[in-house]
Amino acid sequence: MAKMNLLQAINSALDVAMAKNDKVSVFGEDVGHFGGVFRATSGLQQKYGRSRCFNTPLVEQGIIGFANGLAAQGSFPVAEIQFGDYIFPAFDQIVNETAKFRYRSGNEFNVGGLTIRTPYGGGIHGGHYHSQSPEAYFAHTPGLKIVVPRNPYQAKGLLLSAIFDPNPVLFLEPKRLYRAAVGEVPEEEYTLPIGKAEVVQEGTDITVVGWGAQVEVIERAAELAKKDGVSVEIIDLRSILPWDVDTVAQSVMKTGRMVVSQEAPHTMAFGSEVAATIQEKCFLYLESPVMRASGLDTPYPLAHEKEYFSDHLKTYEMIKRSLNY
Amino acid sequence: MATQMAKDPQKTAVTTELQVISGNALDIPMYQLLKEDGTVHKGVKLPEIGKELALKMFSTMQFIRILDERMIAAQRQGRISFYLSSLGEEAAAIGSAAALKFEDMIMGQYREQGALAFRGFTIDQFMNQLFSNELDLGKGRQMPVHYGCADLNFMTISSPLGTQIPQATGYAYGQKQSGDKTCTLCYFGEGAASEGDFHAGLNMAAVFKVPVIFFCRNNGYAISTPANEQFAGDGIAPRAVGYGMKAIRVDGNDIFAVYQAVQEARRLAVEENEPVLIEAMSYRMAGHSTSDDPSGYRSKEEEEARRKREPMIRFRNWLVKQGWISEEEADAQMQQHKEEVLAALKRAETVAAPHVDEIIVDVYDEPTQALKDQLEALKAHIRQYPDAYPATSGGVK
Ligand SMILES: Cc1ncc(C[n+]2csc(CCOP(=O)(O)OP(=O)(O)O)c2C)c(N)n1
Ligand SMILES: [Mg+2]
Repeated sequence: MAKMNLLQAINSALDVAMAKNDKVSVFGEDVGHFGGVFRATSGLQQKYGRSRCFNTPLVEQGIIGFANGLAAQGSFPVAEIQFGDYIFPAFDQIVNETAKFRYRSGNEFNVGGLTIRTPYGGGIHGGHYHSQSPEAYFAHTPGLKIVVPRNPYQAKGLLLSAIFDPNPVLFLEPKRLYRAAVGEVPEEEYTLPIGKAEVVQEGTDITVVGWGAQVEVIERAAELAKKDGVSVEIIDLRSILPWDVDTVAQSVMKTGRMVVSQEAPHTMAFGSEVAATIQEKCFLYLESPVMRASGLDTPYPLAHEKEYFSDHLKTYEMIKRSLNY
Repeated sequence: MATQMAKDPQKTAVTTELQVISGNALDIPMYQLLKEDGTVHKGVKLPEIGKELALKMFSTMQFIRILDERMIAAQRQGRISFYLSSLGEEAAAIGSAAALKFEDMIMGQYREQGALAFRGFTIDQFMNQLFSNELDLGKGRQMPVHYGCADLNFMTISSPLGTQIPQATGYAYGQKQSGDKTCTLCYFGEGAASEGDFHAGLNMAAVFKVPVIFFCRNNGYAISTPANEQFAGDGIAPRAVGYGMKAIRVDGNDIFAVYQAVQEARRLAVEENEPVLIEAMSYRMAGHSTSDDPSGYRSKEEEEARRKREPMIRFRNWLVKQGWISEEEADAQMQQHKEEVLAALKRAETVAAPHVDEIIVDVYDEPTQALKDQLEALKAHIRQYPDAYPATSGGVK
């Protein structure tokens, strides 16, 4: 075990994967010699050479198109998109190509070796284009897996699963926690299951669901609720696609109430899917409607970041609303 | 509508010799008038820039130097969240803006504050944007340096790279249709030129023959990535030929050469509907932004060597030799800019944040009912927890 922050855990996962299998390569804008603008790939070029860890030209559609081809050839590309906000030039490659490669060819070809890493989320004074949470766009795409770690331990275990998963995985990294989240992480290889949620805190009165950096926000909200004598069960989805319906449904059948707390704008955020499914599965157990604490339905603002954000206070108020319904 | 017919495959000339054309078949020299020491190349005629315009260009250059320097310091002190310097590239932005007509549209990437200052963006307008306060034209919504001003025909900056390139083509198409004899100048970096939008924008401009000038600032780096890892060919300018477009490569640190190049490009664009790609060779002397430390990817020796070619000394030496400004006057002007920058910084710092009501404005022309409901809920929440939202709680009593 070693103390690592989230970036170091990602770096360690990449290191382990590259050492284990020489078909693993890591590339993207500035990831080579410099080690990436957040330094997630630092030291990898020095260790594994320029052919396995390298800078690409500045073209996201090219990065993912290239990665699709490399994965189709049988490699395990780990492509970095510098910010989640800049993934959209590659939207076509991801949605129409990555996600459908296997299905459209009747499994003659697949790009299962592909992993796309990208930092997402707000709270860093990033304004419109360094703050977005784009998971819902991709969650609407059958064929992709989407994973969001919330701490260093998860980051390494989930990333190692993602790299060697036989399906393409979009790996969203909560950049706000890159250095802020620190924890004990095994130095050797280990994996965590994709598609499995984690009950972060057991409780009896209400279930609050989130993923990635938002789990920390939920924990703070749960602390406030605890002072009111409310026992909150916190679930971290860890995977957005596929997501662990059973774990959430079981929890809600126990507590009878649910709030989803998410960073993305309210309308059509992934919480809408969670809410709809839980209402289907748990209708007779629910004591109040499933509620959502979300970002506003506006672009992500700079000066009003605090106001926009679905912070612990808004999540706490939503917990109260659910309880007092 | 194209004035020139596309190449007819039946009319392609035939050869029995297998020709493999070299990837470096074009090796375009860079146009330069002023040498690094500020003397003029033998036998060249400088563009006709009178004393008044020359001094305005120089003063803008000095202003941007000091603005960049002070705002990097302000970021280090935690007074603003982010800044991005144009150190070393001032001549490219200012020389090009100076060669345009005021009515021409400018679309920037983010390192062209010199062009905006030349257009007349005031020091307070700069500061209000940098401090995201309620006087910012962009209403505090974007990160620092994402300026924009309709009155000055300067399109608001957007962070996603390259997106403005095809937009410039579309804007210029509209200008051509309107018949008002204006053009669009679009700045972007040599890194951004790798984006798919670059290809889309240039190809469409060449096909539609629109009055647009694509102005690539080749400063050698895209964050840490050196130009030789960005492209294998001879830079950006030769690409124009592939699109059937005119190209100019110019020394971006020579303000006269830049001015002359853009003046000619503008003539071609507006008079002949010929889009032009200009590649201005320069060097990003500062870090990419305040979030960057270049010592991780380039040497001090390289930086020192490039510093010798920086654009301001060259221009200043020429102006002094010309007798249009004295060393003392130039220094005094710099000092004055500095005082004005500091005073404006202090003013902007004390201006309030935009009112919380602004948060839903401009998503659409009118806020939807859903947005109005969200705002009301937000305000009720802020009333409940005023201490948690100090920037706006004062306004929601
Ligand atoms: C689509 C997109 N991808 C990535 C980025 C992140 N990014 C911001 S600036 C930059 C480098 C740009 O280099 P260049 O175009 O050469 O301009 P310069 O900074 O040198 O002026 C990168 C990669 C972005 N803003 N947009
Ligand atoms: Mg550059």
